[in-house]
Amino acid sequence: MTAISERDQLAYIASQAADARVNVELETEGMTLNLGPQHPATHGTLRIVAKLDGEEIITAEPIPGYMHRGYEKLTEVRTYPQVTALINRIDWLGSFANEVPFILAAEKLMEVEAPPQAQHIRTILFELARIANISLFLGDFGLQLGAMTMGFYAFRDREHVLNQIEAATGGRFHPNFDRIGGLKDDLPKGWIAETKAAMARLRAFCDETETLMMGNEIFQARTRGIGIIPADIALSYGLSGANLRGSGVDWDLRRDACPPGLAYDQADWKVWTHPDGDCYARTWVRLQETREATLIVDQLLDSLPGGPVMAKVPRIIKVPEGEAYVETENPLGAMGYYVVSKGDLVPFRVKIRTPSFNNISIVPWVARGVYVPDLISILGSLYFILGDIDR
Amino acid sequence: MTLLLAAFDPPYWLSTVIKVLVVSAVVPTTALILGMVFLFKVMSWMQSRLGPQEAGPRGTLQLLADGVKFLQKEDLMPNGADKFVFRAAPIVVLVSTLLVYVAIPASPNLVVEDLDTGIFFVLAVSSLSVIGVLMAGWASANKYSLIGALRAAGQLIAYELPLVLAVVGVVIQAGTLSLNGIVFAQADGEIFGWGGIGNPFILTQFVGFVIFLAAVQAELTQPPFDMPVAESEIVGGYQVEYSGFRFLLFFLAEFATAFAFAAIASVLFLGGWAVPWLSTSSDWYYVLGPIVLFAKVMLVSFIIFWVRFTYPRFREDQLQSFAWKVLIPISLVNILVTGVLKVVL
Repeated sequence: MTAISERDQLAYIASQAADARVNVELETEGMTLNLGPQHPATHGTLRIVAKLDGEEIITAEPIPGYMHRGYEKLTEVRTYPQVTALINRIDWLGSFANEVPFILAAEKLMEVEAPPQAQHIRTILFELARIANISLFLGDFGLQLGAMTMGFYAFRDREHVLNQIEAATGGRFHPNFDRIGGLKDDLPKGWIAETKAAMARLRAFCDETETLMMGNEIFQARTRGIGIIPADIALSYGLSGANLRGSGVDWDLRRDACPPGLAYDQADWKVWTHPDGDCYARTWVRLQETREATLIVDQLLDSLPGGPVMAKVPRIIKVPEGEAYVETENPLGAMGYYVVSKGDLVPFRVKIRTPSFNNISIVPWVARGVYVPDLISILGSLYFILGDIDR
Repeated sequence: MTLLLAAFDPPYWLSTVIKVLVVSAVVPTTALILGMVFLFKVMSWMQSRLGPQEAGPRGTLQLLADGVKFLQKEDLMPNGADKFVFRAAPIVVLVSTLLVYVAIPASPNLVVEDLDTGIFFVLAVSSLSVIGVLMAGWASANKYSLIGALRAAGQLIAYELPLVLAVVGVVIQAGTLSLNGIVFAQADGEIFGWGGIGNPFILTQFVGFVIFLAAVQAELTQPPFDMPVAESEIVGGYQVEYSGFRFLLFFLAEFATAFAFAAIASVLFLGGWAVPWLSTSSDWYYVLGPIVLFAKVMLVSFIIFWVRFTYPRFREDQLQSFAWKVLIPISLVNILVTGVLKVVL
């Protein structure tokens, strides 16, 4: 009895050894591939060190920091009004959205509130920045997957939004329009009708994207079931924005924790989520978000309260001693400013929380065992902006 | 016209030299200039690009500007590159394209060499470009190039099969391998006893036509099958290290191959240089033939580029399974049905 079982055992061990030998013979040599610092899929100077077996990724590690710009330190040598011009450039695609949380934090410290007209316009411009940012994402994601035409369409239709931002603020990319206690100016004449036309144009762009890109079978084959992030993992890595909502978590700072100074409660809108958590879900959520943002803009344009756009604030702004943290739902996710003031003309310390850093921190987790082309669609759908990471 | 040719009767060697010069210069150049102006316009219109619509009168100078831009660029070669192979690669790719033009007939007599095994020759020669691509990828001493070259090798081998199998149906129906013979078979053919428009094989070999076009997309390494190049993944694949004129050679080869394959498709499936209702023995074909062929080539290449500008890119394994699990079985069934019908009818 024992003899037989020993023989079986020996046969088993021998077969295992044979298997192992075959595996060793078939094993391919690993390869380290540097994606970046100059790579089209990294949206800038991000380096991803990927260890490959054939085309399968064993590990992928993002290494940011190639364009560190030291914003947090620079804010300490600039007066409060000057800071907005600087922080415009953090997320360069939705720049107006960067100003808002900082201004709100300063307003919170100074205990002033912008007049209703300013709150409305601020929210409208915030949403325009979101549309400009995410519509470019949609085109860029198409580009990543080889659908070149989507990229050009996105650039074409983003012009409509940028034109409206330019008409209102004077700057296409860096508006620098927000002031503590309100806005620099009221809306120009004829802007409302033009913006409504632009929003209609953007909704047409969303429909076009839905049929040309999201409806395409190859696109779905490349994104569905790829890079799945379950809700608990997404939460534990601190993802926010559409990356989190694409995993089915219904959390939006605009609705759930809107800081005073924005007029999101004046409009009737919906937060979109998708249960799948894959690349397709994230893209789909962003597409719906763009369309929803055009609806928010339309509604807020209809309900502009009128009146002044600037509250009474001193000419030379000294922020009283204290600390404040304000977080808003930016195009990429939760963006917050922790402002510490010692009662000077300049902030004592500013800590900026940007969504992109968390968005790429999940890359090593999600990129294990996928193919190189899948890594591209994962990177594309996580959507980060390098200025946002290396602030 | 025949009289004119009879009066000018060059010796064999001279006519060969003339033919070689014509094919190596005139045919691709005209195809490129006309085609790229046409396709630049189509592309810019489809993608709402501004350059080819606004540079110069009606955007015609964009091509010139692009050419000058390529010539100005620095000629780079990586330190670790295998210099001879690196230099030879684009030439191999371009030559394989030019050789395809040898057998394409533009009228009953307007063909460099009317080979009895025309379609066999064309398919064999066109697959030479794989070697050029592999050379480019290996010699560049770059990991992206290596991945690109290996992808290209896998892809081009996988798609050579449906390409050939799609043609087999046509060959069975025409009963000849000669490209001119296939055109004659279409012009003089009849569908179920009705010979009104001859028998363009697209009607009876529609499945083959679709498979042929899909395989051509892969052979050209352009979307949705452009994994060997894939600028957003492997940054241009086997072309990464090529700059300036060498890159232009790859680029020209790609466009010229697109036209060559469009010409083959129109010869095989659309009736080639022939027009229905006009007898193939007519002298008019000396003039009309090239024009008719060119029109059909433009039509087919429009379809090829339309797909290119619409579709995203497959993944490599998806591409392989598409070729082996979908295209090849369908084309085998197509051959079977064609063979049975050929015997029965």
